[in-house]
Amino acid sequence: MSKNRLLGNTMLASAGILLSVSALSQSESGDMPRTSWGDPVLQGYWTSSTFIPLQRPVELGNKEFFTPEEVAENTRRRMNTEYAETEAGTPEDVHYQFDDYAMNRTEESVTFSERTSIIFDPPNGRYPELTEAAKANMAEYNAWRRDHQWDSAKTRSLSERCLIWDQQGPPILPLGYNSNYQFMQTEDYVILVHEMMNEPRIIPLDGGDPAENALPQWLGNSRGHWEGDTLVVETTGFTGRTNTPNLRGAPMSTNAHVLERFTRVNETTIDYTFTVTDPTVWTAPWSGNFPFRTIDGPQFEYACHEGNYGIVNILSGVRREELDNYEATGSIDGEGE
Amino acid sequence: MIKKHMAAACLLSAIVFASAASVAQQADFPRKPNGVPDISGIWQSLNNANWNLEGQAAAQGPVEVLGAIGAVPPGKGIVVGDSIPYKPEALAQREMNFANRRTEDPEAKCFRPGIPRANYMAHPFQIFQTDSDILVTYQFAGALRTIYMDNHMNGPIDSWMGWSNGHWEGDTLVVEVGALNPNWLDRAGNYYSRSAKVTERYTPISPYHLQYEATIEDPEVYEEPWSISMPLYRRVEEGARLYDFKCVEFAEEIMYQHLSRENYFRERGIELNGDSNE
Repeated sequence: MSKNRLLGNTMLASAGILLSVSALSQSESGDMPRTSWGDPVLQGYWTSSTFIPLQRPVELGNKEFFTPEEVAENTRRRMNTEYAETEAGTPEDVHYQFDDYAMNRTEESVTFSERTSIIFDPPNGRYPELTEAAKANMAEYNAWRRDHQWDSAKTRSLSERCLIWDQQGPPILPLGYNSNYQFMQTEDYVILVHEMMNEPRIIPLDGGDPAENALPQWLGNSRGHWEGDTLVVETTGFTGRTNTPNLRGAPMSTNAHVLERFTRVNETTIDYTFTVTDPTVWTAPWSGNFPFRTIDGPQFEYACHEGNYGIVNILSGVRREELDNYEATGSIDGEGE
Repeated sequence: MIKKHMAAACLLSAIVFASAASVAQQADFPRKPNGVPDISGIWQSLNNANWNLEGQAAAQGPVEVLGAIGAVPPGKGIVVGDSIPYKPEALAQREMNFANRRTEDPEAKCFRPGIPRANYMAHPFQIFQTDSDILVTYQFAGALRTIYMDNHMNGPIDSWMGWSNGHWEGDTLVVEVGALNPNWLDRAGNYYSRSAKVTERYTPISPYHLQYEATIEDPEVYEEPWSISMPLYRRVEEGARLYDFKCVEFAEEIMYQHLSRENYFRERGIELNGDSNE
């Protein structure tokens, strides 16, 4: 990898961040594009890619925002970490080629925010306490998973099976890579298409109750309405099978309610705020905020399931290992009789 | 020969289009501010084309254990001229597809159905007509495609739902679809290759009906282009909407069962001990 290229990217990225700071501070609703019927335009291609962590590092306490200087320093460090050279022959050296397209976030648009974490409520920027029932379920799930996660395709994770990404939302959260969205919009609907699972979340804008005509749905049932220039979306009716992001075993329960607010603040930015209320799982609601930023289209079809060689290879590998163990020791665990 | 058939197909399209357009004018189809028909809404076909585009009498289905539930319903099919003009070697492939349909039909595997098949499955689909492009979302597998009304280009990469460029010819939405992955057209094994090009025509014939026509060109598979034609029905019931049909989990058994621990060792005659992870 070329050091020059690394430095070039970092400098370019720093410049982009400075520009974004000024763009954000000058946001004027007068610049905002509008549809033929007068609503703010949400239609377009967007990214939620960001370096902001979902949960705030504990040592930052209740510090909600970095200073611009701290942001610049953190970003520089972060980009260098993603490009870090590793030593040949060490386990750390077994990784993707970070120069490959889409493997490094320095190659894509990254949203800017001075936030120290996406979660801003509770004020420590971290998930609230789980309920006792949720803790018990999580322990049970993780025990089951330890013993059974390799049993079959059905015991693998939902994303490995190409069913859903935890970050697809609601609430929408950034993925490790390809946090690309296509938003489409009519007077009656907003449709959010996440490139990675490539399926629509259809949001009727009739302001109705999301429980009308509802069946349990993977992304819940969303209904929206405009409050001034902000699109407000309420979602209920989850399946109870999807995970809270980064917290396997703590589902979005069938009692979960998600409130989302999309506000286009200028030519390049949508401000996105959400609140998750789920008394089955959480002892308190939790809220987050980050910006979506425009990117160039078009968006492509990410046919996850049609090209899912991964799950075949994973299961084949485990079965082969078990068979080898069995032939060597008489037990598929390799522990002998 | 090919020219003659193409001329016949064009003539037929013209007749259908002419009659459809005159009905639409009488029926006062909803329109967008710029005057084009507003075809937004939830639509569905009502025929047995997904079982067999060419039509067939009722028959035992591929999975006999389902009894009459798995049987093929009768229907005339929707191919204009009744049969698909396969090249001889392609016809042999169609027969092989049919023989393996229980596990090899991409629908059975929950693959995105491609165009035109997505339009005549037993699932509704929804058209969203925005200020610029049109989005079509299909209940089956959550498949979707954008119909680009501006910025037409050749599909930059092949995909299951292809690349769609659309324009209006009078009251007819004409969509040219290319860059399609090879796919099946129905449960009978009819299929197209990666060289397929599909030209679709959506023409309002009443506030509640669209006439749908598609011409399929694929010189690798067919002697000449051929067409299908069918009505699409608006889902008019109160609260009509699409629901999830995320069918991956319904397809895992046929796709991956040989790799489950239980089946893998049973097939090798190995009995797993009670102290294993089972």
